[in-house]
Amino acid sequence: MEPRSRSFYGLAAFFALFVLFLYGPVITIGILSFQGPQGGLTFPMNGVSLHWFRDLFEQQAVGDIWGSFRRSFALGLMVMVVTVVFSVMGGMAFRRRFRGSSALFYLIIASLIIPSILVSLGVGLIFNILDLDVHWATSGFGAQLTWTLPFGLLIMFAVFNRFDKSYEEAARDLGASPWQTVRHVVLPIIAPMLIGVALFGFTLSYDEFARTLLTAGSYNTLPLEIFGMTTNVTSPVLYALGTLTTLFSFVIIGSFLTIVALLRRAQAKRGSDAGQGLV
Amino acid sequence: MKTRKALDPDKRSERVSWALVTPLTLVLGFFLLAPIATIVTVSFWGYNEWSFYPDFTFDNYLFHLTSAVTWATYLKTLKFVVLTWVFCAVIGFTVAYFLAFHVQSLPVQIALFLVCTIPFWTSNIIRMISWIPFLGRNGLANSALISLGVTDEPLEWLLYSDFAVVLAFVHLYALFMVVPIFNTMMRIDKSLVEAARDAGATGFQILMNVIIPLTKPGIMIGSIFVVTLVMGDVITVRHMSGGQSASVGRIISNEISLLQYPAAAASSVVLLVTVLLMIGIMMRFVNIRKEL
Repeated sequence: MEPRSRSFYGLAAFFALFVLFLYGPVITIGILSFQGPQGGLTFPMNGVSLHWFRDLFEQQAVGDIWGSFRRSFALGLMVMVVTVVFSVMGGMAFRRRFRGSSALFYLIIASLIIPSILVSLGVGLIFNILDLDVHWATSGFGAQLTWTLPFGLLIMFAVFNRFDKSYEEAARDLGASPWQTVRHVVLPIIAPMLIGVALFGFTLSYDEFARTLLTAGSYNTLPLEIFGMTTNVTSPVLYALGTLTTLFSFVIIGSFLTIVALLRRAQAKRGSDAGQGLV
Repeated sequence: MKTRKALDPDKRSERVSWALVTPLTLVLGFFLLAPIATIVTVSFWGYNEWSFYPDFTFDNYLFHLTSAVTWATYLKTLKFVVLTWVFCAVIGFTVAYFLAFHVQSLPVQIALFLVCTIPFWTSNIIRMISWIPFLGRNGLANSALISLGVTDEPLEWLLYSDFAVVLAFVHLYALFMVVPIFNTMMRIDKSLVEAARDAGATGFQILMNVIIPLTKPGIMIGSIFVVTLVMGDVITVRHMSGGQSASVGRIISNEISLLQYPAAAASSVVLLVTVLLMIGIMMRFVNIRKEL
């Protein structure tokens, strides 16, 4: 190992500042959400209390937070499942060239770079012209998929680009059918990455704003509800909500990452056992 | 024994591929292509105070493109794009460079990388709001500056200003630079750096002549993200400028809230064309499919 150069310490300091920049503001509102009942939106702290968190649990205080949370959670799960399934299917298809594959590839990229507000407006217009009601579970669901699917697919493309084909050949040589090969060889190998796709699917949906803006209908999702609050709520209850949903996101991220780590460890264990001929 | 002639394996595998991509093609067809086609169509329609109706008129475009507000807004948005891009690129490159070349153990690398990516999975709106107690008149930044004696009066331009807008953009989107740049850097063969060093290159020369050229694709992908996200922004500019600055996305959302859908559609088409032109220029420098 080389000795650490002077630039290492400079860069490390820069990195530390960047992390502070990323997390500092969220920590600030985390602290401010414990503001005393008389306290305002900024420092100084006017006592320490759970007052604003209690406020959140009183329905009449502000909008329909818990209803919107339930909707966002349900929508996140729907988007997650569909994103994982469709991305795996798409990822497998793209391992070979097929007619139309590059057109579809550019469509996927386009889905990522087209400004969200256009998707929102366009889907809203279609539903309007067809005289259908926009609803978070139909139009909102579809609009969000145009954001989560490209991420899922790009991850799957990267996964399959690094996939060792000899595992599949071995399975085929042993007489496995194509479906058996997928079920017992390919899926177990890519499982940790699928958790990653699921994480993207859920969190991107749970936090999505612009694509849901005109497609959610009369029942808001949580980000829409929070955005509504920013214009008419001027008490730390907003921070309390922010702190809670950020904590919720951290719990979700943490559990997904734990699953990935556990899967990886299980794989490594099985691998080494097989190496010793124990199976 | 099979008597029926088996289907040509190439054809068969192509059919399997098509079947596999059908669901996602349907989703993108109905929720991406159809909406864009609808926007283009509706942009030629007419409207009055209470409804919009099929027509073929260029009025929406004429009004949008001849309005001084539009041009001023594009100029302003472009300014935000350039500033955000410069800061994101410098920060993203430096952070990725530190992670890829100066952190030597892989687990530490992964852990630090995750620290950088976790905010990406949390709410943008909350991350934006969190700047308010920091930048406000009585915020942390001002109290710190006053107690350090840098200024006597609280600085007014910290919050609800162009500064706040760019700061929020950089805060939200720097990750979109860090991730692709880190990804390309991790694939640079370390022996190239060693070869350059053996050949007598200084650290700075290695950076300029080896690492930056090899990292260009990652920088480009990150730039595409940052540029499109800032161009299409709807809430950050409005929120962080306290309603003082306009953005193209805000023009569109204002027209939508006034129910002037054909006008909003025309503005959207102009935005889309602008974004695609910018991407087209950037794509000339990179082959995305090779980068995965």
